[in-house]
Amino acid sequence: MATVSPTPLLKDELDIVIPTIRNLDFLEMWRPFFQPYHLIIVQDGDPTKTIKVPEGFDYELYNRNDINRILGPKASCISFKDSACRCFGYMVSKKKYIYTIDDDCFVAKDPSGKDINALEQHIQNLLSPSTPFFFNTLYDPYRSGADFVRGYPFSLREGVTTAVSHGLWLNIPDYDAPTQLVKPLERNTRYVDAIMTIPKGTLFPMCGMNLAFNRELIGPAMYFGLMGDGQPIGRYDDMWAGWCTKVICDHLGWGVKTGLPYIWHSKASNPFVNLKKEYKGIYWQEELIPFFQSVALPKDCTTVQKCYIEISKQVKAKLGKVDDYFNKLADAMVTWIEAWDELNPSGDISAKIPNGASK
Amino acid sequence: MSLSIKDHEIDIVIGALRSDLTSFMSEWRPIFSRFHLIIVKDPDLKEELKIPEGFNLDVYKKPDIDCVVGTSTSTIFSGYSCRYFGYLVSRKKYIISVDDDCYPAKDNKGILVDAVAQHITNLTTPATPFFFNTLYDPFTEGADFVRGYPFSLRSGVQCALSCGLWLNLADYDAPTQALKPEERNSRYVDAVLTVPARSLMPISGINIAFNREVIGPALLPSLRLGGEGKFRWETMEDIWSGMCVKVACDHLGLGVKTGMPYVWRNDRGDAIASLRKEWEGVKLMEEVVPFFQSVRLPREATTTEDCVAEVANVVKEQLGSKDPIFARAAKAMVDWVMLWKSVGSSTSSPGA
Repeated sequence: MATVSPTPLLKDELDIVIPTIRNLDFLEMWRPFFQPYHLIIVQDGDPTKTIKVPEGFDYELYNRNDINRILGPKASCISFKDSACRCFGYMVSKKKYIYTIDDDCFVAKDPSGKDINALEQHIQNLLSPSTPFFFNTLYDPYRSGADFVRGYPFSLREGVTTAVSHGLWLNIPDYDAPTQLVKPLERNTRYVDAIMTIPKGTLFPMCGMNLAFNRELIGPAMYFGLMGDGQPIGRYDDMWAGWCTKVICDHLGWGVKTGLPYIWHSKASNPFVNLKKEYKGIYWQEELIPFFQSVALPKDCTTVQKCYIEISKQVKAKLGKVDDYFNKLADAMVTWIEAWDELNPSGDISAKIPNGASK
Repeated sequence: MSLSIKDHEIDIVIGALRSDLTSFMSEWRPIFSRFHLIIVKDPDLKEELKIPEGFNLDVYKKPDIDCVVGTSTSTIFSGYSCRYFGYLVSRKKYIISVDDDCYPAKDNKGILVDAVAQHITNLTTPATPFFFNTLYDPFTEGADFVRGYPFSLRSGVQCALSCGLWLNLADYDAPTQALKPEERNSRYVDAVLTVPARSLMPISGINIAFNREVIGPALLPSLRLGGEGKFRWETMEDIWSGMCVKVACDHLGLGVKTGMPYVWRNDRGDAIASLRKEWEGVKLMEEVVPFFQSVRLPREATTTEDCVAEVANVVKEQLGSKDPIFARAAKAMVDWVMLWKSVGSSTSSPGA
């Protein structure tokens, strides 16, 4: 049950992962909320360029040379010239939680005009349970001022561990290129004061712009795929990670929340550039969604890594015929897990499935 | 994107559990006065109904109910279930139903919420049960489908049921409200969303609307608690009916939405008194939820009536032996399908 005690800072348990190719000026606005935390900056693009980090932040920065040096031949699974490279940051982090944010996302204001501490809300979301087995019509029952409604079985009121907290965006909404082209002026001005658990068995489009997760639990599933330079597709990195993550969370009995917090998304990327990147994804996703909706993970997949490897096998078997890209992606998924386990040797969280909430 | 609805396609059905509806009707007048109303008086209510002038309405009391369904059957319409009689005799395409202790709410800007208009918008724009849209209702102004939402799923499906919410006295069960006697819902969530396919939820009967043509027979009186009373804390009839509706909608490829509109629900009753009297419902949900989650309807069930009959069958087989209340509910569902066929018939043809 939600209490009125302050949200713990978790400053030694959470890393903020930021991919960037330009600069990190946006951090100035986030300073009051981010300064206590350690940042992992993953520099995309030209490694000879110097990224200036504002004074006073504690950070480590990795460019392509670092990624190649640390992963050796396994670096092939990390995208180049695409913000998908951020997942390298998840891999090298040693913390329990990750918050990832894009460098064109700023502090938003709530309807009362107050600045929103997005990180604090994400932490609250991650530290309180999820309720994936039965939908609560008053949304998050653990929030102050809310509860479970009449008819909600008491045996389900403890909830399960929350693995992912998916935040939203005011101003420039996360639309695909065709929608952007048709509605270039549309801005999201609607502040929906809710957090909810996405029900078990339901997939969703996970956006990586304002995302937090329990790295210890679900980290290995947060692979952002092969995108960008040399790849036939872009802007589907977070989508891919989201579908894999949701399938695995559903299997292992963990929750995924969406809703608050909002950030202010300031930059609309070029829709024509986006269209070129997304083009294949738009019709591939017609195959991908039924694929993920029908993935069945065997009972002996009791760890995230095992689940992920199993998914990679099914990707190869069923999506390889859609395009050879998926054969490469399936291989990269395996490489990712190998690299993850190498860099995180003891991190093997088993979960009781199904119905048993772990931790 | 919504179809244009004529006012004459809508019935507003009110189950009267209190006799004096003066303030209720007066408060709702700006919103209700355009529409035809069906007021059904709880057959157990002794006092005469007090209804203000100036409405286009039909009132049904016990003698009327007896006349239509017979005196032995009319008992199924006791208490909150009286509203189902209104659903049965209505001949309109859309029904909006609100408890008689609910009033128009105000939104975050202080503007009166037209609950009827919002319900109709919900029912006449598509639902999207097969994939979750993180910006909620993509058909509302200022929103759309987000990146990653498959294009083949963007036309959505027909919405059969619209479940609204409540400010002030939320629809909590007695233990919850008793534990937090002062808690009132003051959070106005500016969203409508589709409840995903195969996800179940407690569908409260306090503030709902539905497409009677498409899903009418599935809203039914069947589960009656031994100690069922005249406060929502003492009932589960709507929750049971809601499970049937959701299972049928999922099977038939129809959508269910939840969220706005809000109504303002007045303080009424004493949660602790209700708790002392009735906790059977809370216990039963432990059986009811896993049961409905496991129900799979056969391909041959192609109409709502088929779905209800099938569910009744499964209830009888799997739950009937666990508690006589379920055996009775199953029978009530079968009886309802027959009643619907004989009395409920279809709506009047368009243009009539």
